[in-house]
Amino acid sequence: MKLHPILAALRKHKAGTVLIALQIALTLAIVCNAVFIIGQRIERVNRPTGLDESNLFLISQQWVGAPSADTPDGVEKLDAMQREDLAALRQLPDVVSVAPINSIPLLNSSWTGSVSLKPGAQLGGKGNTRTAYYFTDEQALSTLGLRLVAGRAFTAGDVQHQGFRDQRERPIAIITRQLADKLFPQGSAVGKVMYTDGSSAPTTVVGVVERLQIPASGSWGNEFVWNSTLIPTRLDANFARYAVRTKPGRLDAAMRAVAPVLYKVNPLRVLDDDSVKPFDEIRAKAYRADRGMAVLMGVVCLILLCVTAAGIVGLTSFWVGQRHRQIGVRRALGARKADILHYFQIENLLIAGAGVVIGVLLAVGLNLWLMTHYEMSRIPLPYVLTGVLAMLAMGQAAVFVPARRASNVPPVEATRAA
Amino acid sequence: MIGYYLNLALRSLKRNKVLTALMVLAIAVGIGASMTTLTVLHVLSGDPLPGKSGELYYPQIDPQDARGMMPGTMPPEQVTLIDGTNLLRARQADRQALMAGGAVPIQPDASALDPFYVEARYTTADFFAMFDVPFLYGHGWTGIDDEAHVRDVVIARELNEKLFKGADSVGRTLRIGGTMFRIAGVLDSWRPNPHFYDLTTGSYNYYEQAFLPLQTALELRFAKNGSNDCWGNGTGGVVGGAYPSATCVWLQFWVELDSPARAAAYRQFLVRYSEEQKALGRFQRAPNVQLRNLMQWLDHNGVVPSDVRLQAWLAFGFLLVCLVNTVGLMLAKFLRRSGELGVRRALGASRRALLAQLLIESAVVGTAGGIGGLLLAFFGLWLVRHRSSDYAALVHLDAAMLLVTFALAISASLLAGLLPAWRASKVAPALQLKSN
Repeated sequence: MKLHPILAALRKHKAGTVLIALQIALTLAIVCNAVFIIGQRIERVNRPTGLDESNLFLISQQWVGAPSADTPDGVEKLDAMQREDLAALRQLPDVVSVAPINSIPLLNSSWTGSVSLKPGAQLGGKGNTRTAYYFTDEQALSTLGLRLVAGRAFTAGDVQHQGFRDQRERPIAIITRQLADKLFPQGSAVGKVMYTDGSSAPTTVVGVVERLQIPASGSWGNEFVWNSTLIPTRLDANFARYAVRTKPGRLDAAMRAVAPVLYKVNPLRVLDDDSVKPFDEIRAKAYRADRGMAVLMGVVCLILLCVTAAGIVGLTSFWVGQRHRQIGVRRALGARKADILHYFQIENLLIAGAGVVIGVLLAVGLNLWLMTHYEMSRIPLPYVLTGVLAMLAMGQAAVFVPARRASNVPPVEATRAA
Repeated sequence: MIGYYLNLALRSLKRNKVLTALMVLAIAVGIGASMTTLTVLHVLSGDPLPGKSGELYYPQIDPQDARGMMPGTMPPEQVTLIDGTNLLRARQADRQALMAGGAVPIQPDASALDPFYVEARYTTADFFAMFDVPFLYGHGWTGIDDEAHVRDVVIARELNEKLFKGADSVGRTLRIGGTMFRIAGVLDSWRPNPHFYDLTTGSYNYYEQAFLPLQTALELRFAKNGSNDCWGNGTGGVVGGAYPSATCVWLQFWVELDSPARAAAYRQFLVRYSEEQKALGRFQRAPNVQLRNLMQWLDHNGVVPSDVRLQAWLAFGFLLVCLVNTVGLMLAKFLRRSGELGVRRALGASRRALLAQLLIESAVVGTAGGIGGLLLAFFGLWLVRHRSSDYAALVHLDAAMLLVTFALAISASLLAGLLPAWRASKVAPALQLKSN
């Protein structure tokens, strides 16, 4: 089929043609970027924390009238209270292991600092990496379900304790593989020495775990999201957190058993609805906004495509109605039904093609603008190409119904007055 | 004439129901989406203290040591205890308040209630007058009480309901963290959003239940919340180690200044104070002060989540596509009626009359779209409220936004109708009659 008559006809319908092309361009630009945002959010939400997330829950509790953590005596008392709690929890029939811990991945309550290969290195200086600390004990790896890839786990003899605000030397630590690769690119990290928070006291790496996310789920933690450091220390304060691993399928039972047992150990404490939380809930809360955004973007894209498709159907129907007689004449002169169908399909392809070209430019422009104002990265080519194909396919689908109606115009129409 | 055009418009819209429905729906969806996001943005970026916010300022000074200093860096976002106390005692503003957030254990006498923690604010006396805090019973404490470390507490209405069943509890006692406090006042419902005076505790939907004099809380070593930024090798805290050290900022300091001239004078005072402290050897950097008013402070902190802004932009892009779509559909609709319009022209109607007729038709579509959009916006806001983000409960459509919705819908559809109406009104009467 020759393009010339199609182009000539389009020239007569400049306004309509431009409008459809413009609409396709805008839709492509918005849909490409929206789908890209959805993709990014889904990727964030689905990244594994490194924990074995099933059968895991967290207790956050506070004591009332607890001794002050600022005196050595108070610290000892608090530590005794904490050990009592741990012992009672570990006795529970459905519990496999319990570890005291200051935070857990995705909890958004973090203790961050820096590790360096040199003593006394300044924060933010060279050869200095940010990290998030987990202060815990020898049951940490089994409770969290972390996979040890090198070295050893903590033993009961490694575990120290300190007041929440005290500073104490950290003789040993377990770090994540990501952090190990960054600090010690050559060879194993086990047995090597690093310095935490600009301290001059060395910390020896005794083990490396496969993966452990930091507690911060927000984008400010993106640059060090896998750089976690485990320190074998119980922190003593007027509050404490315990991570608990239960036997498979016994999560609910174990969670119900927590409050009575802890109140029995010491009734002077605050345990409310938020105090005992399964890890699933912590994860859902951390990514609530991301999930909401992804759903919203998805709905917007879907409606946008429908609106654009409806616009194409509307305008093409109008053109078909307008050209009723011409179509009849063509049919009378020997054009087959398929020719008429193809005519409208190719016409749409031309318009959509023009729209898509503008749309790609708009999409890239919009992406650049979003990059300067919001946290976005450059949109990858496959997203744009998929968008282009989707728009062309949508155009063809939308044009099909009116085009088929056009192809059904009988040749006798030529003899009637328009 | 308008009545007649309205009649014509309704007839014409009825003639092609599918096309009409498509246009109305496109406008409704566009308007609904943009109004939903715009309302969220409007609520979140609203003024927490209308009429007063222009007089409230948040002074910032830079007490950090010279290490890692770079020109053009902002001073810390909070103040140290010593600077806060100095500025407070200097009394250079109409009102001033130094404060920090915390949590205190409430130990009710009634044995039916277990002890529980509530969010608390430790502040100096001017807080209540400065932020126009409404009282249900009683009142706050005074500056003299601050210095006397008085055991007074102001509780929120909600806590009063829980402890005293809503009765006037002024003068009664309450055990907080093992110490007896006298209830000085009960607040009426007060929920400033965003939580402007301390953004480190979360920006939205954070409300304290108990307000205690700062000096009293420090003396009793009540636990603090919020962030602290430290520099140097600051070990050991102030007040016997219970609070962050002198090289940490962890308190918020607010002043009330009733005129721009007073604000300029206060800025000068901050510079003088910094120079003085530098001469004393406490400060190491050249004076680096900021004095932002409330709204500038909120803006500087970017309290409106960037996702919300992004959604608003997206919704307007969406509205644009819907409009382009409507332009296309109207064009089709109006041009299809060239014959009819030609007849009207031939019978003597002016081009302007045709334009008016067609624009009224698009306004009718716009009004219908506006109503649909409004319904969709209510639905959208209902969805937002059920998404349980920290600001979800705040989102409601107010009268101003309602008006904006309709203005937007009608102007959008008139705009969309303009080109098609103009094109259609250009029909030459004779030509149309002939071809028919």
